[in-house]
Amino acid sequence: MSEFQPKIVVFACNWCSYAGIDLAGSSRLEYPPNLSVVRVMCSSRVSIEMILKALERGADGVLVTGCHPGDCHYITGNYNTLRRYHLLRKMLEDLGLNGRVRLEWISASEGERFAQVAKEFVEEIKKLGPLIIREEVV
Amino acid sequence: MEEVRIGIYICHCGKNIAGVINPKRIVEHLSRLPNVVVAKEYLYMCSSPGQSLIEEDIKEYNLNRIIVAACSPRMHEPTFQSALIRAGLNPYLLEMVNIREHATWVHERDPAETEQKVIGLIRAAVHRAINLYPLEVERLPVVKSVLVVGGGIAGIRASLDLAKAGYKVYLVEKNQSIGGKMAQLDKTFPTLDCSQCILTPMMVDVSNNPNIILQTYSVVEEINGRPGEFEVKVRQKARYVDWDACTGCGTCVEKCPARVPSEFDEGLGTRKAIYFDFPQAIPRRPVIDPDHCLYLIKGVCRVCEKFCPTGAIKFEDEDQFLTLKVGAIVVATGYQLYDMRKMYEYGYGKYRNVITGMQLERLSSANGPTSGRITTIEIERGKIKPGKEPETVAIILCAGSRDENHIKYCCRIGCMAGLKHAYYIAHALPNSKIIICYTDIRAFGKGFEEFYQRIRSLPNVFMVRGRPMEIFENKDGSLILDVFDSNTNRRLTINADLVVLETALVPPQGFEEFRKILKISCDPGGFGLELHPKLKPVETTVDGIYLAGFIQGPKDIPDTVAHAGAAAAAASAFLAKGYIESIPYLAHVDEDICSGCGVCVSVCPYDAITIEVTDGRRLAKVNSVKCKGCGACAAACPSGAMQQHYFTDKQILSEVSALAEGVVA
Repeated sequence: MSEFQPKIVVFACNWCSYAGIDLAGSSRLEYPPNLSVVRVMCSSRVSIEMILKALERGADGVLVTGCHPGDCHYITGNYNTLRRYHLLRKMLEDLGLNGRVRLEWISASEGERFAQVAKEFVEEIKKLGPLIIREEVV
Repeated sequence: MEEVRIGIYICHCGKNIAGVINPKRIVEHLSRLPNVVVAKEYLYMCSSPGQSLIEEDIKEYNLNRIIVAACSPRMHEPTFQSALIRAGLNPYLLEMVNIREHATWVHERDPAETEQKVIGLIRAAVHRAINLYPLEVERLPVVKSVLVVGGGIAGIRASLDLAKAGYKVYLVEKNQSIGGKMAQLDKTFPTLDCSQCILTPMMVDVSNNPNIILQTYSVVEEINGRPGEFEVKVRQKARYVDWDACTGCGTCVEKCPARVPSEFDEGLGTRKAIYFDFPQAIPRRPVIDPDHCLYLIKGVCRVCEKFCPTGAIKFEDEDQFLTLKVGAIVVATGYQLYDMRKMYEYGYGKYRNVITGMQLERLSSANGPTSGRITTIEIERGKIKPGKEPETVAIILCAGSRDENHIKYCCRIGCMAGLKHAYYIAHALPNSKIIICYTDIRAFGKGFEEFYQRIRSLPNVFMVRGRPMEIFENKDGSLILDVFDSNTNRRLTINADLVVLETALVPPQGFEEFRKILKISCDPGGFGLELHPKLKPVETTVDGIYLAGFIQGPKDIPDTVAHAGAAAAAASAFLAKGYIESIPYLAHVDEDICSGCGVCVSVCPYDAITIEVTDGRRLAKVNSVKCKGCGACAAACPSGAMQQHYFTDKQILSEVSALAEGVVA
């Protein structure tokens, strides 16, 4: 049997993280192809529903990325993201989905950091194995 | 509802994309996706024939959604939006799929997996595109004035260019005078022009230009508003001198009894408590340093007040706040020297004869503490005074630069500055011996290599390839350097009377906070991040804010001046047409669903949402001028009444679901 290849949805804010992921690209920093990026203007646009929807529809992990605290293009947007993430983490624990969702600050100059986080997260999700949500949970 | 008709265009980007995946094979796969009328691939979609292909298809197939799978939307989204507009389609019916930066460039070793990922990304885009709808933008007016922050050579050049183009310029400088670091230099490499002789005429031009309002001894505290109409709060520090009444005669400075180490002379000389930064200061209006003025700290003296012929001394002066309205901002805050005390092995700050390159500039300058005599440093009763003429001087390049433990990047100036400093010494003290400890000589600029050859062939200049491991001080204040010369493969012990460190250069103190006020990003060195490293070297992620000079990254004077000119041109182009287009990605409320709970109000960073009572119902209202389009409110809304155009729940969720499902039939 071939190795489990997780599907990971990445949310990236337009100003810092998306630019950082682009930089990983133009610098040709290799990372596994398991991650697919969804662009939003600010990480604070990412609702809990969006993260849960990804997991429900077949993603094995979700990575939310935004500007570093204090660096948000929209002043305090990423603080909303952080608060929401803490709330979600509690919820995920209750659902038995620990470790499936990760929040990372990636600046526009941190292409290298994104590639590193991407590699790490893929490995972590591989260890957790595929996410199987039974009908009754959904 | 109108039938959704999608056209998909995959760019080969030469080998950048097609070198990893097979666009032809992907196209075959895509025609099976819902609502896809046509799918094509082409060598370069951004080329003129590529764009024409899209335009013709829109007309021929009656397409109403376009998906371009190519590079990052941060690169070519505007290009393809224009193609849609030319074909009569609303530009927000375009969806770009980033298959280059996010796929082929980063998964080159795994072509089969990459192809699957690309298909997945395009499939998600199709689901998102189905839910797109046309958006309109408004034209917003701009204020035809510019704020330039920093009065060094970059700020001066940008201000003069903008003023010449007819804009009103506010030049804000934190020090008493404009001039910046260039004013401290004796000569400039590689031509050995007298630095002040070429700088001061430009400073005078600034003060005489009716379009430039000079606001020195001031700092920017707050920036609000939007690109094209920024509102800037400036703190004018208390000067304790009424500049309108002052004539700049300088009697107060002459009479002031308090002596303070001079910042301009890098601590080697003194200034008074009431002072001009330097003799050619512009504006020629002094300020009182409240930390050292005897009257302000001890309540006695008032000598300046007694001698001032115009009654301009104003001890009761306080900080004042000004609000400026500007359309664009040029950031030209320059650099500062790395604190060499952090490199304890060189003993800077401990050994009196270890000085920085900038301190040597002051020693060599005619208006410096030694009137241009290069000497060793003596300390007598705690006071610095000139010593003897040094017989041997060691110049250390890359002091703190290109160093894993300190500053990783190259300062781009040190090599040439070090060679120039060797010239100063060789010229002033022909019998001295000068040893340059270098790592590599980087002589990349115009005339640099020639200058390097000229200096290294001087009979009293010696080149040692190695960085001293440590410096020791003798009792007489002279120094011993322990260095391994990799040219001769020998460990050397060098005796020197004076050691000059060509220091690492870093962003100025306070820039980290200022950058956050500007809301621009920084690079790993802490410098302001340009929008694109090659093609947009002065633009930032904020429209209307531009970087000029060293603050974007290390630069020598010619590069700084060229960069500042480019920043001025970019700011000028931004304001020239008199309007900008509004952001289309704003929040809006579905009033039928809104319950007026107000969660959106609590998360909005801009106070753009209010709860209003209409016909007895509480409803959220979005102020479209204040809204900047982050979407925080839409994510927080419990009922889905609050949405963000182009990033609605439906649009994002359809994309997310498709990505999560992966490549299914």
